[in-house]
Amino acid sequence: MSIRVINEKCVGCKLCVKACPFTAIEIVNKKAVINLDKCTLCGACIEPCKFDAIVLTKISPTDIQFPKKFDEYKDVWVFCEQKKGVVQSVAYELLGKGRELADTLGVDLCGVLLGENIREEAQKIIHRGVNKVYLVDSSALKYYQDEPYSKVLIKLINEYKPEIVLCGATSMGRSLIARVAIGIHAGLTADCTGLDIDKKERLLLQTRPAFGGNIMATIICPNHRPQMSTVRHKVMKEAQENKHHKGKIIEKSYDSQTYSSRTKFLDIVEEIEETVNLTEANVIVSGGRGMQSPENFKLLEDLAKALGGAVGASRAAVDSGWKTYSHQVGQTGKTVCPKIYIACGISGQIQHLVGMQSSEIIVAINKDPHAPIFSVATYGIVGNLFEVLPELTKRFK
Amino acid sequence: MNIIVCIKQVPDTTNVRIDPETNTLVRSGVQSIVNPFDMYAIEEAVRLKEKFGGLVTVITMGPIQAEEALREAISLGADEAVLVSDRAFAGSDTWATSYTLSKAVQKIGKFDLVICGKQAIDGDTAQVGPGVAAFLDIPQITFVKKIEEIKDSFIRAERMTEEGYDIIESPLPCLITVVKEINEPRLPSLKGKMRAKKIEIKKLEAKDLDADPDSLGLKGSPTKVVKIFTPPPRKGGQMLEGEAKDISERLVDLLKGDLCL
Amino acid sequence: MDYLLTEEQVMIRDIARQIAQEKIKPVAAKYDAEGIFPWDIVKILAASDLCGIYIEEKYGGTGGGAMELVLATEELSKACGGISLAFAATALGTFPIILFGTDEQKQKYLPDIAKGKKLAAFGLTEAGAGSDAGAIATTAEKKGDYYVLNGTKQWITNGGEAEVYTVVASTNRSKGARGAAAFIVEKGTKGFEFGKKEDKMGIRASATRELVFTDCKIPKENLLGKEGMGFIVAMKTFDQSRPGVAAQAVGIAQGALDLTVEYMKERKQFGKSISSFQGLQFMLADMATQIEASRALIYACARMIDSGNSKVGKDSAMAKLFASDMAMRVTTDCVQLFGGYGYMRDYPIEKYMRDAKITQIYEGTNQIQRGIIANHLIKETAAK
Repeated sequence: MSIRVINEKCVGCKLCVKACPFTAIEIVNKKAVINLDKCTLCGACIEPCKFDAIVLTKISPTDIQFPKKFDEYKDVWVFCEQKKGVVQSVAYELLGKGRELADTLGVDLCGVLLGENIREEAQKIIHRGVNKVYLVDSSALKYYQDEPYSKVLIKLINEYKPEIVLCGATSMGRSLIARVAIGIHAGLTADCTGLDIDKKERLLLQTRPAFGGNIMATIICPNHRPQMSTVRHKVMKEAQENKHHKGKIIEKSYDSQTYSSRTKFLDIVEEIEETVNLTEANVIVSGGRGMQSPENFKLLEDLAKALGGAVGASRAAVDSGWKTYSHQVGQTGKTVCPKIYIACGISGQIQHLVGMQSSEIIVAINKDPHAPIFSVATYGIVGNLFEVLPELTKRFK
Repeated sequence: MNIIVCIKQVPDTTNVRIDPETNTLVRSGVQSIVNPFDMYAIEEAVRLKEKFGGLVTVITMGPIQAEEALREAISLGADEAVLVSDRAFAGSDTWATSYTLSKAVQKIGKFDLVICGKQAIDGDTAQVGPGVAAFLDIPQITFVKKIEEIKDSFIRAERMTEEGYDIIESPLPCLITVVKEINEPRLPSLKGKMRAKKIEIKKLEAKDLDADPDSLGLKGSPTKVVKIFTPPPRKGGQMLEGEAKDISERLVDLLKGDLCL
Repeated sequence: MDYLLTEEQVMIRDIARQIAQEKIKPVAAKYDAEGIFPWDIVKILAASDLCGIYIEEKYGGTGGGAMELVLATEELSKACGGISLAFAATALGTFPIILFGTDEQKQKYLPDIAKGKKLAAFGLTEAGAGSDAGAIATTAEKKGDYYVLNGTKQWITNGGEAEVYTVVASTNRSKGARGAAAFIVEKGTKGFEFGKKEDKMGIRASATRELVFTDCKIPKENLLGKEGMGFIVAMKTFDQSRPGVAAQAVGIAQGALDLTVEYMKERKQFGKSISSFQGLQFMLADMATQIEASRALIYACARMIDSGNSKVGKDSAMAKLFASDMAMRVTTDCVQLFGGYGYMRDYPIEKYMRDAKITQIYEGTNQIQRGIIANHLIKETAAK
């Protein structure tokens, strides 16, 4: 990839200078000059240029020579995360997408399941339409631990050679998959929001947001297999359950060396307050500085309860000590994409927006009609949230 | 206790506004800052040093300008700084970045703990911390919200999960990535700033790393960017006005319609 | 305006600015409403090495002087004139030791103050002796190796919170101002107690209390300078500290103006933002100019002090007088520009007006400052 300015086209208008997030462009003698030490080839300057004077040379899939050895890599794998012996819904979402990819490529869709006493769960995965489940059942895998999980997954991949591996971008997935990618020298694209296939080259086209969703990048992995992606919860649609679907369970077991771990798992602590997991919730009711006091969060809890949702908070509310950090939505907190996000007394700073703007429906309640939150809200309510919230709760009950 | 902290310089988004006309980011005049999660990593390292003694070395991979980020870390209490910078590193993806950083960490020498921020706010991948641990072949504890105990030989920490946290113990050396909850970073001190101004920053280039040249930068990156585009910005929708009662009623109807209830 | 600050001065200003904006601003309203002493901010100031910026390096400071003090006070006051006072009043209480202390006294007290472990306070004012420092009724009677203090000091900033007090008392009441002496008194000394905390109009985060001395025995080594020098200690201290009060006033005014400009850009009337109205623009221009003029006067005065020039009485009085009168005018106008909102406690601007008022009153009322300036003028012309 390289970037250059076509001097004949450049008029020195400075639009690219403004667009560059890395201050890498200067105007010298009325022409844009890109400082390659600062430039990260992010491409933010391409679109603002009205004169098509900046060219980012990309590698197109057709330019890439394919070593034949990739022929032995086939099938689409989904790492099926389980907790307490239950497969997590993010895995079913990946199976939904995985089915499409496998069908396009004409290969099998396979689930990978690691844990203890989870044979029944393997059957459930089959009911979601997979052809095979690779099952490794061992007491050493009861709880997630980086080393045994990554060693087992690496061995499975090396033996069965999938061409695509998908994994949830959860706390488990993000810790596991990077170690695996390093171990097998595979390309990994984190937090994809779109996955597609270039049929001709059998390439996975992975689209992911950068800069908080203001730029989208499509990424490929031409020379390494498997092609690995993580996908956030709630981005893909779950695979439908079909109890008549048949599939094969391939059970593997490994030696104690593979199962060994230098880290020791001591305990799981579930925070009672967190009965509803923010990233799992279909509805999130969030409060910001406009809630004025921790006591007023009761209003949000009531509404969340009526809707079967969870309570979130802006950074301002968390920093004021009104809610714990596990509730924080935004850049330094969680990224969520529920069906409905109700923002109460949140002005909508960019740091908050990047954490919730992919929600399906956004409702904003704020007393300031100029609050930036309204620019992303599906429904905006300018008003006193202490009047509106109880009314809403009453109606949703 | 010798601690290495990996940091990254990122564009500051705190002063970024959304242009109300075009609904896009206004990026002009954006400053570079130390990645916010890395501030927690620096603070945790300095606190451990203050408690147990030892040395805190900050390291960053980036352009020459990233030196500023290192100087800021020094002003906050880090002892030494290493800039890993070379044109050969340009275009690195998470694999190549992890490889390069792990080589630099090995070059620095003996360490008990490597601390990274959970993720960088520009790329948001959270992959480089575990990647460095994998290359160094040391155990990791990701998303640490509290160090319960740390001694010469081991660390016990709380690892944040979706439901709460796990308690994990690991032998040292080990790599941890930290979340915001772990501490409240201090502000720079005057003496720290004066030290930061004077300190000589060690530079490591590709040739200093004993690294495989084919594994560096764009060449060493398995993933390639083929297309960059700006998604259509999310548009503001309908404003509801009137009495609280009427608004609520209309909102409930609208939501029911949207969700086909 | 570029004041050609040294690199170190720029660092001090930046650190103070960061503390003010990130740590003080979010809590200023709370401290104002509840009137609690800002110990958590003091800890932050200490950790940032700001507490020692006017103290020599050999006593644990970073070796600056009045200019450094002024820069930090101004920045802190932009966020809260009350909280900044915990810092500035410590400087006031420390100056007598810096100016008149022996090496032993300095070794004993300055390092802890420089590290921010201890705060200081200055005790001069009494119920019957405000501007008339010659009328002080607190006595210090020498008995062997001790002085025994009796009397009550009033409205002492940092009173009760500080560990180190420099107190002016009379060793010979018949001599009036010439019978005064200055002493160092530590909190916890037997016979040294504090009166109730005053409920003030502004600077409510600062603590103001009485110092009550009842047969309070202090070692004779705690005498600062000599007997009879108490009034001189006080006057020289004020000469040094007045630019600090003036800087507090400039900070308050600048903080208020910053908020006002932001507000005026957002506030819309008749379909446009009120910052587009020329009549109001003129008010902004006048305020900004007055603030800058005050700042220039203060910085010049602080630099004069740091150059070792001891004849700063008139100039520091001018700086204090000009800046505090300016701050009162500017903050009043800022409230005006906020309109009805400005009068409401929900908005932060009225606090600036309340905080500004004290700067015209303490460390010598502005009437006293005018007297000092006029006296200097008349003396100077008489000498010609």
